[in-house]
Amino acid sequence: MTLFHHFTISPFMVTSNPFVVPLADVPVLAYPEFVNKIKELTADERCHCVTYHAVPLGAVLKFFCCIASDHNHGLILLSHEQQATPPPSLESLTLHHPSFHMYEREISEQWGVQFEGHPWMKPVRSHFMDAGCGMQDAGCGMQDAGCGMQDAGCGMQDAGCGMQDAGYRMQDLASCVPYPFYSIEGEGIHEVGVGPIHAGVIEPGYFRFCCKGEKVLHLEIQLGFQHKGIEKLFIVKRSGIQRAVLAESIAGDTAVGHSIAHVQLMEALAGIRPSETLQAERIIALEMERIAVHIGDTAALCTDIAYQFGQVVNEALRTIVINTTQSWCGNRFGKGLIRTGGSHYPLTRELADLYLANLKEVEERYNQITREIFTNPSVLSRFEGIGKVSAHQAGLIGAVGMAARSSGVKRDIRSSHPFQAFSKINYEPVTLHQGDVWARAMLRKLEVEKSLQLIRDLIRGTDFQNNHTAPQYDYTLPVSSFALSLAEGWRGEIMHSAVTDEEGNILHYKVKDPSFHNWMALALAVRNQEISDFPLCNKSYNLSYCGNDL
Amino acid sequence: MTGALLAIVSAVFFPGIILRVKSIASGRKGPGILQPWKNIILLFRKSSVFSTTTSFIFRLAPAVYLATICCALMLLPFPGMPSVLGFEGDFILFAYLLALGKLLFILGALDTGSSFEGMGANREALYSMLTEPAFFILLGTLSLLSGQFSMQSIFHNLQFAGEFSLITGGIAIYLLVQIAMIENSRMPVDDPRTHLELTMVHEVMILDYSGLDLALIQTATNLKFVLYGGLIANFLMPAVADWSTLASTWHVACDTWHVARDTWHLLDATLNVSIFLVVEAVFAAAIGLMESFRARKKLAKNPQFIVTLSSIALIGFILVLLLTRNLIR
Repeated sequence: MTLFHHFTISPFMVTSNPFVVPLADVPVLAYPEFVNKIKELTADERCHCVTYHAVPLGAVLKFFCCIASDHNHGLILLSHEQQATPPPSLESLTLHHPSFHMYEREISEQWGVQFEGHPWMKPVRSHFMDAGCGMQDAGCGMQDAGCGMQDAGCGMQDAGCGMQDAGYRMQDLASCVPYPFYSIEGEGIHEVGVGPIHAGVIEPGYFRFCCKGEKVLHLEIQLGFQHKGIEKLFIVKRSGIQRAVLAESIAGDTAVGHSIAHVQLMEALAGIRPSETLQAERIIALEMERIAVHIGDTAALCTDIAYQFGQVVNEALRTIVINTTQSWCGNRFGKGLIRTGGSHYPLTRELADLYLANLKEVEERYNQITREIFTNPSVLSRFEGIGKVSAHQAGLIGAVGMAARSSGVKRDIRSSHPFQAFSKINYEPVTLHQGDVWARAMLRKLEVEKSLQLIRDLIRGTDFQNNHTAPQYDYTLPVSSFALSLAEGWRGEIMHSAVTDEEGNILHYKVKDPSFHNWMALALAVRNQEISDFPLCNKSYNLSYCGNDL
Repeated sequence: MTGALLAIVSAVFFPGIILRVKSIASGRKGPGILQPWKNIILLFRKSSVFSTTTSFIFRLAPAVYLATICCALMLLPFPGMPSVLGFEGDFILFAYLLALGKLLFILGALDTGSSFEGMGANREALYSMLTEPAFFILLGTLSLLSGQFSMQSIFHNLQFAGEFSLITGGIAIYLLVQIAMIENSRMPVDDPRTHLELTMVHEVMILDYSGLDLALIQTATNLKFVLYGGLIANFLMPAVADWSTLASTWHVACDTWHVARDTWHLLDATLNVSIFLVVEAVFAAAIGLMESFRARKKLAKNPQFIVTLSSIALIGFILVLLLTRNLIR
C-alpha cells in the first residue's frame, strides 16, 4: 500500500476476491497518467495484470485494468475512457511491459482501437482480418448482443444469433487476409506448419516453425479456430442455470475452475454469501480436478517420450480420481456441481469416507510411480534441460499458474488472493526454479501431493451434516457495477469479470483463461530447441485452445 | 531356401508377439497374436489414395521396398541348407539391397513435398548411414573369425567351443539386436506408437500411404524384422547345436538304435528349425519388453548412440584380430 501513497487520484484498491464496485467509484485516469501508473505498478516484478479490457458504455469505451500483487492480497483497479467512434489511437502499453501485448491485440480486434508502436499487432482469434478491421467484428458483436437483449433467454433466438455470427465469419473468409506470419529468411532455413488439425483427438491450433535443420528458431502460434462467442453468450443467457452451464463449457478440462470463478462473481454481485461447508466443497472439487488433470498430464508426458509403463499406470490412476468425482455429482469432470448460492450435490459423510479411501490409494500408487519416473535415467534425459523458460521471461510475458511457478515465479491465487475456503487456509504455493519440462512434471507431482493433503484436511475439518442450501438461479444483480473474480484452476489464474447496466443486466462479460498468456511461454520454451521436442514442451504446458479462443 | 521360408513363417507371429508382450507389460490382455496380420490383410483389400503432388516414385517405392527385402530373404542362410542366392561376399549385397529399398522409400517420402516427411526422410537417411559401418565391421569380424566370405559359410563355420566365443558372441548379438531396432525404427531411436509427427522417423514417412501400398510397406517391415532375427538365430544355431546335450543325446540314440543316417540329419534339422523359431519368438518378446520400461532417446542423441555401435563393433574386430593372432604374431 505504501507504493501508492503518491497517487494524485487515489486508486481503487481492494484485498477481497471477488470484489464488486459501482462504476462511478472506479477511478478514471487520463490516458498518459494511466500509462504512467501502469508503468509504476508493473515495474514491481511481483505485480501482474489480471485483466485489461474495454467495455462500451454508451458513446464511450471504458478501459478497465486490474493489477494484482503476488505478495499481498492487493488488487488495484484503474480505468480510462475514450470516445468509441472514431476508434481511438493510443500509445501502446506493450512497449513498457510485454505482458500487455495480448490484451492490446484483443482490444484492437474487438473495438478497432489502434495501439501505436505495438510490435506484434496480430489477430488473437479472427485471423481472416488484419487487426485494423477489428471494428467490423466489434460491430458484429454488438449486433449479436443486441439481438440477445430483445428476446432474452429464447433458445431459437440464441440459435439465430449463433448462425448470424457464423455468417459473419464466412464473410470474413471470403475477404481473407493472410495471417501475417513472422518469417526468417536465409540459407538452410525452412518452415514447418503443424495443424490446425492434429493427430490424436485434440483441439485445433496452428503452429508455424521457422527452423534451421532440426533447431527451432521461432514458433508462432495461431489460435482462434474454436472461437464461439462465449462472452457474448453470457450477456444473452439470463438465467443463473444457463450461465452456470455455460461457465462449465468454457474449457472442458477446467469445468470446476471456470465454474468457481463464474459462480463467485455472480454471488459477489448478487450479495449471496456461500456457507463454509459449500466453500469447502467447492475447493474439494477444484483440487480433485487439479489432481485428475495433473495425473493425466503425467501420463501424457510419459506417452510423448514413449515411456509406456509411466503412461498406463498414471492413466489408470486418473480414472480412479475422476470416477470418485463422478460418484459425487454424476459427472466425471464435476459438471453440475458448482452452482450459485448452493449445491445440488451435498458432500455426505459416506462420500467423504469414499474420498478418503480412494485418495489414500491414489496417493500410494502415485508416489510409487512418480518415484519410478523421476529416477529412470532414460526419462530424466528427456525431461531435464528441455524447454527452459527463465523467471525473467515468465515475468515479462505475464505467465500465470503452473507456467509461472515452474519457472520460479511465485504466483498462485490460492495464496495471493484467497477465494472460497482458501481464506481460512494458509496455502503455501510450490515453486521450482528450473523452468524446464522436468520442473513442469515435478511441479505436477508436488501439487498433487499438496492437493491430496488439502482435500483430506478440508474433509476432516468440515461438518458435512450442516443443512445444505439449494442453488439460487434467480438472483438480481446490482445496477451499474463492475465485478471481478479470480480463481486458481489447475492451469493457473482464471479471471471472470462483469459490468452491469442501469437495469442490473449483464452489459459485458469478460473471461480470461490462464492459457491466454501462457501460450507465449510455450513459444519461448521451444526456441533453440529441437523441433522434435515441441510435442513434449507442448504437453508439459498442456494449454487450452478453447479457453483462449472463447 | 529353408532360411527364407522359416523367416516368412516367423513373420506371421512376430509382430503379434511384440504387441502382446507390450500389452501384458502394461497390464492389459492385448490383441490376439495374429491381429497385426489381420489388419494388414484388411489393408490389402483396400484401394490406395494418392496425393496429387506425388509422382510415380511415390507409387513405386512400396513395391521396391518389399521386393528388396524379399531378395534379401533369399540370402538368409540356414545350417546344412544352402541359401537360395548365397555366394562369396553376399553380405555386401544383403546390406545394399536393404539400402536400395530404403533409398526408394526416402525418395517416396520426399516426393510428397510435406515438410514432416522431409524431416523424417532426413532422419532415416542419417541413421541408416551411421548404422552401415557397424554392420560391415561386424560381418567383417565374423568373416575373419570363420575365415569364410559368404553368410552361409560364415555362420556354418563359426567355432564356439573356443575360449573367446563368449565375448565375440555377446558383442555380435548385442550389435545385431541394436541394428535391427534402428533399421526397423523401433525404440530407443524411434517410437512406432507415437502420433506426434514431429517426433517420428519411420512412421512419418508412411503417413501418405494408404490401402494396398500401406499393406506392402507393413509386410516389408515385418519381414525385415525377422530377417535380422534370422541372422541372430543363425548365429546361435551352431553354438547351441554344438553344446546341446539334447543334440548329442539324439546323436548317441541314433547310433545306438542303428537308425538310418537320414533320420539323424532329420533330427538335426528339426532341432535347428526349432532353435530358429524360438530365437525369433524370444527376439520379439525381448523387443516388447525393451519398449515397455524405458523412454526413447532425445532425437539429437540418436546419432551419437548409433555411432557407439560402430565403436563396439570395432572393439570386437580388434579383439578377434588379437585373438586370432593376425595383429600380433
